[in-house]
Amino acid sequence: MSASSPGLGRRTWRRPPAIANPYLRYGLYAAVAAYFAWATGSLELSWARVAQGVPRAVAIFSRALPPDFSRRSLMVDGFVESIQIAIVATLIGVILSLLFGILAARNVVPRAVYLLGRAVIAVARSFHPIIVAIIFVKAVGFGPFAGVLTLIVYSIGFVGKLMAEAIEEIDPGQVEAVRATGGGFLKVLAYAVFPQVLPRQVGLSIYQLDSNLRASAVVGIVGAGGIGGTLMNSFRRFDYDFALAILIVMIVIILFSEAFSGRIRRSLT
Amino acid sequence: MILDIDNLSKRYGAGELVLKELDLHIEGSGITAIVGSSGAGKSTLLRCINRLVEPTSGSITLDGVELTALHGAELRNMRRSIGMIFQNFNLIDRLSVMENVLSGRLGFVTFFQAASRRYPQEDIDRAFRLLERVGLQDYVNKRADTLSGGQRQRVGVVRALMQEPKLLLADEPTASLDPKTSVQILELIGDISGELDLPVLLNIHNVSQARQFAQRIVGLRFGTIIFDGTAADLDSAALDRIYEGTAGTGDEDDWTPTSTSTSTTSTAGAATCGVEEDDSTLVEDRA
Repeated sequence: MSASSPGLGRRTWRRPPAIANPYLRYGLYAAVAAYFAWATGSLELSWARVAQGVPRAVAIFSRALPPDFSRRSLMVDGFVESIQIAIVATLIGVILSLLFGILAARNVVPRAVYLLGRAVIAVARSFHPIIVAIIFVKAVGFGPFAGVLTLIVYSIGFVGKLMAEAIEEIDPGQVEAVRATGGGFLKVLAYAVFPQVLPRQVGLSIYQLDSNLRASAVVGIVGAGGIGGTLMNSFRRFDYDFALAILIVMIVIILFSEAFSGRIRRSLT
Repeated sequence: MILDIDNLSKRYGAGELVLKELDLHIEGSGITAIVGSSGAGKSTLLRCINRLVEPTSGSITLDGVELTALHGAELRNMRRSIGMIFQNFNLIDRLSVMENVLSGRLGFVTFFQAASRRYPQEDIDRAFRLLERVGLQDYVNKRADTLSGGQRQRVGVVRALMQEPKLLLADEPTASLDPKTSVQILELIGDISGELDLPVLLNIHNVSQARQFAQRIVGLRFGTIIFDGTAADLDSAALDRIYEGTAGTGDEDDWTPTSTSTSTTSTAGAATCGVEEDDSTLVEDRA
């Protein structure tokens, strides 16, 4: 062993830098610093405005306390609608995202179909649900239908993409074995692909239900139905105590759904 | 059963030829072992027969039917008459032993029968009989990934036999098993081949096992057959020819001792990758 042999000088070691070229390395550091300085300057971030904002926030909070749970029927209607939107959109969205996931998996479909499937998912992913909701509210009018459509698109974008990736990672040996028995495309899907991605599919669906519950409240703000609309109105009318009540219920629902979905996902292998 | 391979060539993408104008004639039953080093083209040869890999050129006929020209339903009907067992077993891990075994009938049942697991009674009877034959009757509802390697390969054999094949392809069926289990599996394949009068094409690494279990041995080297005879004919000179240049002499174009022993870099490495990447798709006729 050279380490134990006497007479050899002490050897030093340092982790090699991620970017070997020092000009490039320090140039990049300088560029990032310069951009940050320029960006903070041009966005007019100022401590003065933060200082002004704090008392305003305090005023809002003091008017929000104590939360007002008295308008129960309005709140219950809103939440029931939000949950309906989330569940219906998750069911439809998850089924569609399985379909688009297959169409967007390189190892399962011909290249032209794959590109089409990827394009659909990419478009579904490119806009935040709020923007999609605005478009659907314009297209189909105010109300929960626009919310359902929005969250279906949202689900396809997220679950579809991850399903496509899960399908691309399956063991090709099992596919080969089913093909060798004389099974056609659908039988290969049913026997070699689905069993391998099923746990992922269930886990993602539950996660998406969770996620849709949250998003269903948000899309209501632009008129796509549910509790979001009620929340927006209470802000507009300075009913901050009612708004706080809505927010508290929302947090409770999210916590419940998180605990529930976490438990189900843990029980899957 | 008459299998006639004539002038068969295969290249993956723009790579080297993995099979070079290969001719092979197999008739009757019994085990034919195909030996040769990694990258010699053994797996590609088997997969060209049931078209899991598309041959580049040449002809393969099974009982007079040209296999290389088949499409769609004809191709699937051909495949169901050829059973295959795999080095990594390729069982559907998350399904039960019985579902794996019944999947051997996928080529015979409708999609709805397959998806709802409502297989004909005679298939279920046959599955139980074969599982008893290999000693797995107590594992019917166990998930496939809970079995040991030897048990899994026995499920693989039963799945292939469910097809009532007229030819069995075995691609290194024992390479993932320990020596003792390997011998048990080879004995099982040998017994079944005898009982059912079933011809077997067996890719195998282990030359002494090939001698022990095969009636005929074919030596493959760089995609061509350079030996064809009985176990007795396979002397050390023949073995040297089969494995020469592949185990360390390094005199063959870009094959170097290091690259062959680690089986990376060289053209053979690229070709093996090609098997997995090119042909694992569900889409037929993409070659």
